[in-house]
Amino acid sequence: MSATAATPRPQIARPPTAWQTGSNVVFRGLTHAFAGAVVVLLAGIVFEVMRHASGAMAKYGAGFVTGSVWDANRNEFGILPEIGGTLYTSFWALLLAGFLGVTLALVLSQGFLGKRSELVMKNVVELLAAIPSVVYGLWGIFVLVPLLRGPAGFLNDHFPNFPLFSTRLSGPGILPASLVLAIMILPTVTAVSREAMAAVPPRLAAAAYGLGATRWEVIFRVTLPTASGGIFGALVLGLGRAFGETMALAMLAGNAPNFSWSLFSPGNTLAALLANHFPEAGEFEVGALMYAALVLLLITLAVNIIGSLIMLRATAGLKGLR
Amino acid sequence: MRHLDRSVSTLFALLTLALMLVGGCKKPASEGGAPAAGSAAAPQKADEPTTVTLQGSGASFPAPLYSRWFREFSAKNPNIRVNYQATGSGAGIKAFTAGQTDFGASDAAMTDEEIKQAQDNVVLLPMTAGHIVLAYNLPEVKELKLSRDAYAGIFLGEITKWNDPKIASENPGVKLPATAITPVNRSDGSGTTFVFTQHLSAISDKWKKGPGTGKSVNWPAKAAVGGAKNDGVAALIQRTPGAIGYIEYVYAATSNQPTAILQNKAGKYVAPTPEAAAAALSHVELPADLRAWVTDPEGDDSYPIATYTWILAKKKYADKTKADSLKALLKWCLADGQALSKELHYLPLPANVTEKVSKAVETIE
Repeated sequence: MSATAATPRPQIARPPTAWQTGSNVVFRGLTHAFAGAVVVLLAGIVFEVMRHASGAMAKYGAGFVTGSVWDANRNEFGILPEIGGTLYTSFWALLLAGFLGVTLALVLSQGFLGKRSELVMKNVVELLAAIPSVVYGLWGIFVLVPLLRGPAGFLNDHFPNFPLFSTRLSGPGILPASLVLAIMILPTVTAVSREAMAAVPPRLAAAAYGLGATRWEVIFRVTLPTASGGIFGALVLGLGRAFGETMALAMLAGNAPNFSWSLFSPGNTLAALLANHFPEAGEFEVGALMYAALVLLLITLAVNIIGSLIMLRATAGLKGLR
Repeated sequence: MRHLDRSVSTLFALLTLALMLVGGCKKPASEGGAPAAGSAAAPQKADEPTTVTLQGSGASFPAPLYSRWFREFSAKNPNIRVNYQATGSGAGIKAFTAGQTDFGASDAAMTDEEIKQAQDNVVLLPMTAGHIVLAYNLPEVKELKLSRDAYAGIFLGEITKWNDPKIASENPGVKLPATAITPVNRSDGSGTTFVFTQHLSAISDKWKKGPGTGKSVNWPAKAAVGGAKNDGVAALIQRTPGAIGYIEYVYAATSNQPTAILQNKAGKYVAPTPEAAAAALSHVELPADLRAWVTDPEGDDSYPIATYTWILAKKKYADKTKADSLKALLKWCLADGQALSKELHYLPLPANVTEKVSKAVETIE
């Protein structure tokens, strides 16, 4: 205590105390440990899933991915319809949410609205992410499906030969599942692409305006291309979420183990299959389910890797701007 | 200042703890002072402050009844607590075999192999019974009769329209619409599915050779959709015109859903009343291991799809107080508890059955 009073050195030039260096080392160690823990956790999950799946992998091999019968009674397992259903519902959801989300992000980032209403809108969209999956599922069953039945019946009556409308919508099916899925991934797509658009340096837009560009031209020739990497990232994130979404799809896709191109036919997804069959699965079935989980993991991983690669290429030309 | 804050909060925490302890001690003392009439069967341990907790998990079909039973029993015997998780029959058997729970519950009893896995240390106790109904969604049809061929055909996917002659011929005077039939099944593995497919296998050779019997099967009908749990199926039927699906009677009774009148083995058409289901049970003699399925009951007044549901207990428990508490609980369920069954739309066990099951309960050590 008296030592500090005796030395008039300014505090800022003081060498770090042992406590400061110590806590620095500990803090750095902690951050490394936690970062490492994430990797270890992922590796652990993959390892555990593979360990349980190994029996089924050896037994069913590639036939598991190409087979289309899931019959626990006869220990016959194939997940082709589920893979198809996962990709098909996610495709429609992404198409819809991508279009809606990017449009919304434009409105929210380009100063079309006042600052205040922008903030309100942004929060409303992000609030969609806070609604539990089950509630989406119930909303789908009790509100969306009855609403869709009329138009779906009309389309089926008038265009029965068009592959997308070739069956009747009895209740749950691909269309309600995809629509609800689109709403569920909308906040992710909107929030991330809005960030990307907001991050476009204002001087770029200012320069374009200075050259006499219209607002339309600035948005479509400058802002969107510059933000394209981020927007693409938003779509990949959204797709990842769509692949893994479980509860709402288990309630709305119909849980029927067959795949059809018709939007109105019931289908199934990998995540819904896992959720439905795990609690009561016997020994063989658990192995098969783990195998299915592994396939889902691989699909998601593949999509993410492809997405990152495309993003790298898309943003490569914009390096100097950042 | 910091120090003071901390010591104040510590003091507060200690005080709360002390209060909780005092409150906790008081309760058993006051309960012990006023002997409740219903606690006669319970082990006399009112002076001991320790409570016994019994863990159980399994079938979801009897879960509403079980939780009511266990709540009422614990109210009368405050030193015995019962936790029951409705995880589904399969998961219940697994947890019980692995020793994670003190008792299990299953709609499909246990297979010989499962009993072997549990080192044969298991008693199967039928506790209550229920029946499965075919609920349908045809707003203009008040009464629907389905022959054995008809309902097997619907779930096989052979009958796809409601005005199919196979349905129409049994329902003269009923205007059946030309809408498509949407069969609704359970998407999750379930004891209900087991009982229903077991019945279909018993009445239809084609079903037996095709999908067969199981907690989840490969549903053959092209138009079929699946819902999770009984309430998921019930919601789908309610929301889908032209749908028909199998659910526990409780779920149809509480939601006032119309249910089909089914043809039984004797060829008679029987409505799914609790009386008709009880009649079906009365035609089955329980064997020594108390494992009997009512796959296709005899008798003119029997409703065709009924089943017992079992609690799985160990023959020998390592913990004597646990065994005694469980015995007290099961005895109470078999005696006083049966009156509650009817109130909750389950079937009370016939007297000769409760007698047999009570004897089995006595063997638990």
